[in-house]
Amino acid sequence: MPQPEPQAIAKRPHGVKTAALVSSGRHPVSGRAGRAREDARAVEMGLALVGADLSLVHAGDPEQASLRESLEGYLGMYHGLDGGRPGDERDGQLSLLPLRAGEDAVAPLAAWLEQRGVRLALTGQRAECGEGSGMVGYLLAERLGWSIATGIAAIECCDEESVTVLQALPQGQRRRLEIRLPCLIAVDAVAEAPRQSAFGPARRGRIETVDDLLPADESRLDTGSADWRWQPARARPKRLKVVKSTNARDRFKAAAAKSSATGGQVLTDLSPEEAAEKLIDYLRAEKILAQDDQ
Amino acid sequence: MSVRRLDPHAERIRRNRLHPRHLEFARPAWRWVSREGVVRIDPHALGAIGPNGLKRIDRSGAAVEASPAAAASTSAEPARRQVVIDQPVGHVVVVPELPEGRLNDHDRDLFGLARQLADGRDLAVTAVVFRGGAAGFEDAGADRVVDLSAKVGDGYDPVSRLAALVDVEAVLSPQHWIFADSLPDGGDLGRRLAARLSLQNASQSASQDASGSVGDARPATRVWQLSDGQTLSRAGDRQDILRDVPRVMLALPECAEPVSETCHEARVIELATRGGELSSAANEVPASGVIDRGRVAVDPQEIPLAQAPFILSAGRGISDWEGYHHAARVLGASEGASRVAVDDGNMPRARQVGATGTFVSASCYIAVGISGAVQHLQGIARCQRVIAINNDPSCDMVKRADLALIADGDAVLAAVCERLGQPRDQTGSDGSWKDEESQHAAA
Repeated sequence: MPQPEPQAIAKRPHGVKTAALVSSGRHPVSGRAGRAREDARAVEMGLALVGADLSLVHAGDPEQASLRESLEGYLGMYHGLDGGRPGDERDGQLSLLPLRAGEDAVAPLAAWLEQRGVRLALTGQRAECGEGSGMVGYLLAERLGWSIATGIAAIECCDEESVTVLQALPQGQRRRLEIRLPCLIAVDAVAEAPRQSAFGPARRGRIETVDDLLPADESRLDTGSADWRWQPARARPKRLKVVKSTNARDRFKAAAAKSSATGGQVLTDLSPEEAAEKLIDYLRAEKILAQDDQ
Repeated sequence: MSVRRLDPHAERIRRNRLHPRHLEFARPAWRWVSREGVVRIDPHALGAIGPNGLKRIDRSGAAVEASPAAAASTSAEPARRQVVIDQPVGHVVVVPELPEGRLNDHDRDLFGLARQLADGRDLAVTAVVFRGGAAGFEDAGADRVVDLSAKVGDGYDPVSRLAALVDVEAVLSPQHWIFADSLPDGGDLGRRLAARLSLQNASQSASQDASGSVGDARPATRVWQLSDGQTLSRAGDRQDILRDVPRVMLALPECAEPVSETCHEARVIELATRGGELSSAANEVPASGVIDRGRVAVDPQEIPLAQAPFILSAGRGISDWEGYHHAARVLGASEGASRVAVDDGNMPRARQVGATGTFVSASCYIAVGISGAVQHLQGIARCQRVIAINNDPSCDMVKRADLALIADGDAVLAAVCERLGQPRDQTGSDGSWKDEESQHAAA
């Protein structure tokens, strides 16, 4: 959906180092590895903001077979930037923070963000693989002392001090937030759709494995999830309408009753003016039209 | 001593079903216990001949039917059992969302989940609310209510809300926190609190001893079931996680049955300050990094139809389409259409509401000149308020509507624009939506 005020997104924030935190995704139907949908929107938002200066980071197991496939989906988005001037076409670069099984991603990511001097980090709200709790952004922000905002639909403008964003609310509404840098922004699924991932840029993009940035004594093991049991997702049971009544007649009536709206008010024999007045009165009483509307 | 004597004459009549006096002697029992001790029922003996000469078996309890008022009062609301917890040993804190200042279904489910955790352990379910004026906590299942509306502002300020929750944590140190896992409100706040608690936990265990249970503060997100002291939460990639009940839970809608049999106290409590600890904690709060700049006016036509809060929908009863588009602009409503209007080429296919189009969930839906085919009514099943404007008082849309106006659609829309001060002729320049402020206040 186009954002309401597609104004000054072209304001390039010079000097604000921007990074996107990406995760490996999975196609919802085919199950094929690829870019995660919300993370791809975050990368798109970052590319629209700073162009090819956007750096990507992923923390994961370098031995995983489908890793290259997932990450190339993001690297293939580095095309058509800067109005298509050929000189500015640069290839994407992704930092891979190697993790072994059972290690937590938060500490290495925090160390990387600090080392690179990143001030604006973009990511999706929730990973598509693994726990998918959406906690990584919050833990990073808490650890680094950054601000965090969730459900962001668009970045309106960005300068050295702060970034102005639109947050998506239910029912298609938007709220404008001003967030002080450094900050972390979790991008909602209603943000601008990501550009296609192209094969050439994806092959040319470099994946650079970063050496361990953490001090040697810091624990990397994820102790919290040791005793969890993972199982294939079950379908959630549908809630039944249970009628708590002692008498069989009421239970039968509730089961057999057609759901019909009752208490509807029917007004007949109205002139159009009267009908309009009734309608406006109703809308104002229900607070759908503003009261002071003239 | 009694001898059971048989009357052979009566026996013969009883055996002979064609005997004219058979019924006098053998009024057949419809239910008896046989010699083997089995209950037997004779369906032919049941019932009575109705006024139209047909035999009717009435299992309905006609006595109940006789006094509908009494029946309604007894059956609709079975009396709830009052439960009072005077001295709780701990708290299960629920942070309801309270959209529009009312408890919604999701909030009630959260309280149901909290009751599952609290019942039998002498814990109190405590509701922490950020805005006053909400009612119904007694029936929802809250033993205590903590009102923090004095500490936080009205706008979106997660940092001060988090600080208030940290104060609650310091005073009550609840056993469990339960949030609604819905972004950007409850899910955001719950994750912030979980991150804060896990950091505190980690620093404590680092300073004292590494044996502390650090993983305790790791929240369970998207919890959808609680059974046998374990939670099931939905993870990514079609997996579920089964784990012990954590301190912080973010629960999905329908995670538990809402409370229906008990009534609770909902006593409002003040947070007892421990020697000014709270005020110092409040002073520590840094200037918020997130500043709310208010709502943004959104073009109603740009909102996806499935999410739109206010829809003006047109059908075959509309002939003046320019007037209809103008009325939608004046009212600030998104445009919808019935299948007929789309097939006739008056509206684009993307605007079709109903089974073959979009299922909408508007809080207000105005149907102008739509008679209400079944497929269309399916599409608007989740709308909260439906207004019908139609010439035909007997159509299905009028039966579904909360307010039905029997009048001509075109004329009513023109009169509405007139009354709202923007008749169509004056704004011949086709003023864009940006000139008007967004008029729907629905959140």
